[in-house]
Amino acid sequence: MIASTDPTRGALLRCGPGESIDLARHRALGGFNALRKALAMSPDAVREQVKAANIRGRGGAGFPAGMKWGFLPKDNPKPRYLVINADEGEPGTFKDRYFLEQDPFVLLEGVIISAFAIGAHSAYIYVRGEFVRPIQRLEAAVEELYRAGILGRSVMGSPFALDVVVHPGAGAYICGEESALLESIEGKPGRPRVKPPFPAVVGLFGCPTIINNVETMACVRLVLEHGAERFLAMGLPKDGGPKVYGLSGHVKRPGLYEGPMGLSLRTLIYEYGGGTIDDKPIKGIIPGGSSTPVLRGDQIDVNMDFDSVKAAGSMLGTAAVTVFTEGTCPVAVLTRIARFYAHESCGQCTPCRDGTGWLERLVESIEHGHGRPGDCDLLLSAAGQILGNTICALGDAAAMPVISFVQQFRDDFEEHIRRGACPYGNKPEAH
Amino acid sequence: MFPNLDLFGTCYPESGPAGGRDDRGGEQMTLAFSSETEGRFQKLLARYPNRQAALIPTLILAVREFGYLSREAMAYVAQRLEVPHAQVLSTATFYTLLHKRPLGRHHIQVCMNVACYLKGADHLAHHLRERLGIGFGEVTSDGMFSLEGVQCLAACGTAPAIQINDDYHEDMTPAKVDALLDQLRRTSAPAPTQGGDQ
Repeated sequence: MIASTDPTRGALLRCGPGESIDLARHRALGGFNALRKALAMSPDAVREQVKAANIRGRGGAGFPAGMKWGFLPKDNPKPRYLVINADEGEPGTFKDRYFLEQDPFVLLEGVIISAFAIGAHSAYIYVRGEFVRPIQRLEAAVEELYRAGILGRSVMGSPFALDVVVHPGAGAYICGEESALLESIEGKPGRPRVKPPFPAVVGLFGCPTIINNVETMACVRLVLEHGAERFLAMGLPKDGGPKVYGLSGHVKRPGLYEGPMGLSLRTLIYEYGGGTIDDKPIKGIIPGGSSTPVLRGDQIDVNMDFDSVKAAGSMLGTAAVTVFTEGTCPVAVLTRIARFYAHESCGQCTPCRDGTGWLERLVESIEHGHGRPGDCDLLLSAAGQILGNTICALGDAAAMPVISFVQQFRDDFEEHIRRGACPYGNKPEAH
Repeated sequence: MFPNLDLFGTCYPESGPAGGRDDRGGEQMTLAFSSETEGRFQKLLARYPNRQAALIPTLILAVREFGYLSREAMAYVAQRLEVPHAQVLSTATFYTLLHKRPLGRHHIQVCMNVACYLKGADHLAHHLRERLGIGFGEVTSDGMFSLEGVQCLAACGTAPAIQINDDYHEDMTPAKVDALLDQLRRTSAPAPTQGGDQ
């Protein structure tokens, strides 16, 4: 199943670029077998399976989905909601778009199974607003499932009822933070909530809510289809299953690849990705989306699972690998990242609202040749004052790349400041 | 319940940015959804347990119906949803896709983030500015194009990427951009009035 010779195909990625899977094809590929199995079980038994498979959440944090489901209060009479986070926006990440646009039935089957397992009769799929075409594709797929009797009052003839609503975002990275996402569905600005209470207790419309990532839903479906043991066997003992890897930047064949959880980063870049453009040596690798600490090119021998990447000093995040080769100015790369977090800070917490702006202006001034001696330490100090001091993780997400870029490429930053110009000859334009 | 209300089926106004009527003086018009949009709005209300949850989708409908969210459009949405005007203002001003000023008929978003940067986004953006004669946040004098630098479009594997209205265009080069602009110019009639006055 996973022992595919073509890493662009597998258990999760069932079709390649430009292709898509319709309802008939989904059925032909064994679609709804997993759902049928689930409906024949008790919700408790489904939850047990998912827990046994130890699916670590594919949205970036790696929190086990089964454990998250276990936080739902048992004696709360309010309705329960399942919310799917398809607000994909972490720079470097482009995996969830694949499911929405090319294989929506895998996502939807996972949603129905998960809603059944947690006892939710309404599921909201929150998709970033830029994804107009993916939203249309997903809505059409939802409608087909209603027509086919797979959604609605009686899911596949069972007493289980489920409605699915596709809810559009409107351009705010912060809404990928789960409590901001709930605020956004409620019609408010996406400002993260103070936790506790966690969404499992007080979530959407004040009701118990589970929020999972798109790829996590595809994993839930696999677990039901093949069983927890076989799912685990596709990855590592404590971090099982297949994983979708994104590859972007200076590689010959960028794109999505599937491999076991724990795939070697070297294999991903050099075998799947065909190596770097013009075979240049790698200068830096951002392993899991722009918020994850950057690795130097010589740190490539790391396995892509949550624990191994953490041990290497970074994070697996969304396993969205961005590669840049020698000759790339790390100051310029960091400027784009710092600008992003300054733009996307919701403005709620002072350290993040003011701090991200400081980081952006400082890095940008270095990029533009106006850096001053001591700016590297100032950057580290300013980033350090954001870290851990905010309601949500956006503050950390802004601080971590700054700290890691300065630490990993300090010589480049100092040289930039000393020369008052880019040592790589970049002449940045004002934006 | 069939939840597919084809929210994005509402086209931007034919007249481009002028379709978003300006409420800062000039002719005073009372905004109202067209019957088609009204149908979508009614279906939208049925999807949520309260009216405020329909706010963002309704604002998206309003942007598509009126071209952008003028103060008048926001007041109209507040009245239709029976939510405080301040709530609408607060939400509308938080989200970048809820446009608060007129756009060109073809709104071009250029991804400037890291993966696109590594594949030449700055160069592409420079080329677009030169070709259109406008900067980010501006509209061409004929109202045909507007340009905006945006954060990650989640098309990093096919960088550099741009988005024109609802469609992504990926693996872009200056030559491909030129061909796209020419095609858009050929296939759309000139906008009747000038846009981009803010």
